[in-house]
Amino acid sequence: MPEATLAPPPSADATLLDSNELVLNMGPQHPSTHGVLRVILKLDGETVLGTDCVIGYLHRGVEKIAENRTFQQFAPYVDRMDYVAAVSNGLGYCLAIEKLLDVEIPPRAQAVRVILTELNRIASHLLWLGTHALDIGAITPVFLCFREREDVLMIFEKYCGARLTTHAFRIGGLQYETYDTFEQECLAFCDTMEERLKEYHDLLTGNRIWVKRTKGVGILDAAACKDYGVTGPLIRAAGVEWDLRKAQPYCGYEKYDFEIPTAENGDTFDRYMVRMEEMVQSCRIIRQAVDGLPEGPIKGKVGKVIKPPPGEAYVSIEAPKGELGYYVVSDGSLQPYRVRVRPPSFVNLAALDKMCRGSLVADVVAIIGTIDIVLGEVDR
Amino acid sequence: MPDPSKPEGSPPARKPRPAGAARPPRPKRVTEMPAEPWTGALPDALKERYGDGVEKATLLGGQQLLVVAAGNARDIIATLKDDHGFDYLVDVTAVHWPAKDLQFEVVWILYSFASNQRVRVKAAVAEGSKAPTVTDLYNSANWLEREIYDMFGIEFENHPDLRRILMPDEWDGFPLRKEYGIVQQDAAWVRENLKIESAQ
Repeated sequence: MPEATLAPPPSADATLLDSNELVLNMGPQHPSTHGVLRVILKLDGETVLGTDCVIGYLHRGVEKIAENRTFQQFAPYVDRMDYVAAVSNGLGYCLAIEKLLDVEIPPRAQAVRVILTELNRIASHLLWLGTHALDIGAITPVFLCFREREDVLMIFEKYCGARLTTHAFRIGGLQYETYDTFEQECLAFCDTMEERLKEYHDLLTGNRIWVKRTKGVGILDAAACKDYGVTGPLIRAAGVEWDLRKAQPYCGYEKYDFEIPTAENGDTFDRYMVRMEEMVQSCRIIRQAVDGLPEGPIKGKVGKVIKPPPGEAYVSIEAPKGELGYYVVSDGSLQPYRVRVRPPSFVNLAALDKMCRGSLVADVVAIIGTIDIVLGEVDR
Repeated sequence: MPDPSKPEGSPPARKPRPAGAARPPRPKRVTEMPAEPWTGALPDALKERYGDGVEKATLLGGQQLLVVAAGNARDIIATLKDDHGFDYLVDVTAVHWPAKDLQFEVVWILYSFASNQRVRVKAAVAEGSKAPTVTDLYNSANWLEREIYDMFGIEFENHPDLRRILMPDEWDGFPLRKEYGIVQQDAAWVRENLKIESAQ
């Protein structure tokens, strides 16, 4: 990777053409920024000297809305943040309120939550893989990934009627019992998914263009990850074996047998490998959860009126993109006093500048793709 | 023998209470989160070093919480990072309490990879006074503190790049303050930049 150096300052009579430096605007309307992200790039020839992100185009004031809704009314809003992993968002919010209320969730509800969350993790990773490969120039994977993602969305649709912004969980447990063929369909999906993952590996992992475009690109080592607060597959690709599902288990994840995939170099290729392996592990978890799906009630002892005692709690989960945290303050009324969302995309995106410096301008697209941002969550 | 008139799975009918019997006590409504003082090596070491700078060390619902004086907050976080291994700043946020003298509560959430524990540090700052920055300790604080400035108008002393991040640069007002209405907007900005009368 070429070392980034600043060009010498132009002399007094130099014109624009004598300078190598160029400020290039990318976005907000740009297909590879995955939404409305604007990046201002400072270039020296093809080399990136620095970047500045302009965000907020999708800012809807979700945290302000929360303060003006009851606890239940706000639950569907959280799905609109990371809309490709809406189930994870809902899970985090429900867990935070349940922590304030101090209620027990029945085992069946927990297991169904795990199944749906892991299905959503696969769907989110599939969308990432398809668009990331598309950004880099491989057109085929996006069609294949959407084919598999469709299966997951069909399961969601049959379960709760919605495909994307599901609002699958309620505070205290679940609203709906699973449908008749739920277990079989989940298992069948795991079977196909594992077969199809081999197909993706055949397409990309050994592909010379793919390897050239991703190996050594956008390196972020473990120390930098911790410094920037970067979590999720990014920190695991840098060799830190850290996953909240193992470190601080919630929702009964301690019962399932799975591994935390890691890699060493922390580059774009490693993050690709980590996410691919995560999908395999998610299938493993789904199988175990379906096999041991207990019978019983699906909702804990929660009243119709949700009124947590005054206090506060911070609860975080391992969302597909990293640590998703909810810091909820209650003043004892029907509405939350404050809901703070700790969005993984927002914090991870802040490391873009560090990852881009010194790389080539064509790699910026690969690096934005590898962070796996959803602008709905960045801007909230 | 199940009652055929009721659908299967419906709860059994309640026995009528005998006349004159006392009404069974209602289940007690929880009115407070369980809180207990947090003792141990970590809070004790901090209390010894900073004295009154550490105002409270609590386990609130099992979560470790330190309430500190704003003047000591940066030093305490630096100590937590250097001496106790809290090398990951999870989040920085704020809460607005208009009725209090010190209106704003700044909250730092720290995590230690080595010991797998979280600690929440809270400090209250008054309207108009600055909060200490931790950007020199953690790079992740940069955008998070910018967001607090954007939403609450709390300035961070020595922050390298304190600009708005989500709202437009010229926007008037800080949306997450309690006095800011849910449908309130900067009408002049909307007229000038969006060329419409109202964004509502």
